[in-house]
Amino acid sequence: MFRFLQSPPIFLFFTGKGGVGKTSLACATAVELAGRGKAVLLVSTDPASNVGQVFDIAIGNRVTPIAAVPNLSALEIDPQAAAQAYRDRIVGPVRGVLPESVVRSIEEQLSGACTTEIAAFDEFTGLLTSADLAQRYAHIVFDTAPTGHTIRLLQLPGAWSGFLDAGKGDASCLGPLAGLEKQRDQYRAAVAALADSTRTRMVLVARAQRSTLREAARTHDELAELGIDQQFLVVNGVYPRDGAGDDPLAQAVCRREQQELAALPEALQALPRDEVALKPFNLVGVDALRQLLRETMDATDAQLPALPPLQAPSLASLVDDIAVSGHGLVMLMGKGGVGKTTLAAAVAVELALRGHDVHLTTSDPAAHLADTLDGALPHLTVDRIDPQAETVRYRQHVMDTKGAKLDAHGRALLEEDLRSPCTEEIAVFQAFSRVIREAARKFVVMDTAPTGHTLLLLDATGAYHREIVRQLSGSSVRYHTPMLQLQDPDRTKVLLVTLAETTPVLEAASLQQDLRRAGIEPWAWVINNCVAASHPEAPLLRQRAANELREIDLVRTRHARRHAVVPLLTEEPVGVERLRRLATHGADAP
Amino acid sequence: MPVIDIYDPALCCASGVCGVDVDEALLYFAADLEWARSQGVDVQRHNLAQAPLDFANNPVVSAFLHASGEAGLPLVLVDGEAVLNGRYPSRTELARWARQGDAPSAPGAGACCSGEQCC
Repeated sequence: MFRFLQSPPIFLFFTGKGGVGKTSLACATAVELAGRGKAVLLVSTDPASNVGQVFDIAIGNRVTPIAAVPNLSALEIDPQAAAQAYRDRIVGPVRGVLPESVVRSIEEQLSGACTTEIAAFDEFTGLLTSADLAQRYAHIVFDTAPTGHTIRLLQLPGAWSGFLDAGKGDASCLGPLAGLEKQRDQYRAAVAALADSTRTRMVLVARAQRSTLREAARTHDELAELGIDQQFLVVNGVYPRDGAGDDPLAQAVCRREQQELAALPEALQALPRDEVALKPFNLVGVDALRQLLRETMDATDAQLPALPPLQAPSLASLVDDIAVSGHGLVMLMGKGGVGKTTLAAAVAVELALRGHDVHLTTSDPAAHLADTLDGALPHLTVDRIDPQAETVRYRQHVMDTKGAKLDAHGRALLEEDLRSPCTEEIAVFQAFSRVIREAARKFVVMDTAPTGHTLLLLDATGAYHREIVRQLSGSSVRYHTPMLQLQDPDRTKVLLVTLAETTPVLEAASLQQDLRRAGIEPWAWVINNCVAASHPEAPLLRQRAANELREIDLVRTRHARRHAVVPLLTEEPVGVERLRRLATHGADAP
Repeated sequence: MPVIDIYDPALCCASGVCGVDVDEALLYFAADLEWARSQGVDVQRHNLAQAPLDFANNPVVSAFLHASGEAGLPLVLVDGEAVLNGRYPSRTELARWARQGDAPSAPGAGACCSGEQCC
């Protein structure tokens, strides 16, 4: 039996990066525990909301018994909807009363990731503290977990004494909690339940890939620091060692995964670990879920899907269009781990080979990619900023200058606020913005971009500038703010990077929404690491490729104005030659 | 003792950390506010992003917003009268407002010189 399923406590949380399979594992775990005769409640916050789809039943935001699985009920929480409800509650009563520009500004302040995170935590709180639910269910399984940042904030005495007790806004990232209904005691009880190892087990989910394992290691450290030490590691979707056959791509995937597992981050080595094998079927339906956690597979006679040739533009064809303007800013945007740095390098190489001056600036912590390119091509310069170092410097600067006069509680709160995800984004973007100016003369390619929300907050004078532009429409407008430069498609092209999988595509779509709010229209989508573009032979990879085709089609028809597909290669795409193959190889011209 | 009301612009965090640069005025004001409260001064803060109804329901504040927009915030009312806008009050100002209408206040107790910023 998998270790994470042995003598589980009442609360089980699955946490990890988007796309690692948290929801599937949570569903399979709930089915498994219900099969042991225990009453189980499954709580999903998956925006894809595919729990209902998995069990073929409409669930929604109320406890719904799953007919196909005795003892199992499920509940879907939509954190976006919870955040929206919260915004409506705050903004609704003043719409039409206060000036419209003021109302817009309020809405933007309440549109950040923190609001969603806190709104989700608010929904969890009731589930963690309800005596009634604890009576009715032996296990409550969550397909996500609050972040260390949220939990730490809730534990700080300063946060309570300021904001939540007195209701007089002095706190910080906790701001949204002030508008939520629950009492301080309840939040405190929820945090206590999380830190109680007899009640809570955290299951860190990763793939056998460096970025997801690193994320798991970070989460481990954060939770351990908070005293949440009942942690398990599950590596999901591992390519079976004997399943590669003669397919060189499958062999390469298998080899790379085994290397990652052998070099597990130190923080994770001591954790009880399970590996769940990649399965040749879709995780829909109760039978498939039962199979997921079966350690020995039935002989696979799954029908191999037909794999029609993929008709999709290559990255090189996108670069042809980018090159037309002769200079400008190219920003690659997407969630961590989708390959932004590699694709930024590939775009930079393609532009340089076309004879344009290119400045590639990357936040890749590994640095080896930047090293292999530096001086490798005429017209190409490479530099690199270290996000961690930038963030540390920024935090230190704020604490030294602005935090100097605060008392101990004030400093603690400020320190925690500075550990919010926005801080890193701001610090890195500030470092990047030093080179943005160069885009008037050459191409500047960056492997990161701020979110629309951050841009709107940073652009304090945004409303003012929009007003100016309106007044000048028709005449020639000269741009002065970075925001206006980013909004101008002739000067800035945002490429959204994603993978051909459900959750990553949804995450990219929500990034796109966010950019649009800031008046920035992503120029193209790039689908990276695409197995379908690599003509796989091995059955497991063909199944994955078949699933990808549906997602690629969604990107093409629903999300993207233009798109490109980049194949999964057998070798790490390092160096000019292999980067060229990424951009040109695999995808057939339409 | 008079009631002091501070009407903040829409702040993601009242500490001001979330901006492109941390607003020192906000940090210092947070410290001054803490001090004023410790002296028993009745100071309320209203964040436009979290309590916009406070703004809409107060005729003085609402009229101010219509006239000057969010850019004119923060706005400070003492007993309902606008006394300051466009910046946060200093510790000295808080102390002075608190003393008004409270005539025979004991000099020294919670007054000017116990702060760091004045005299």
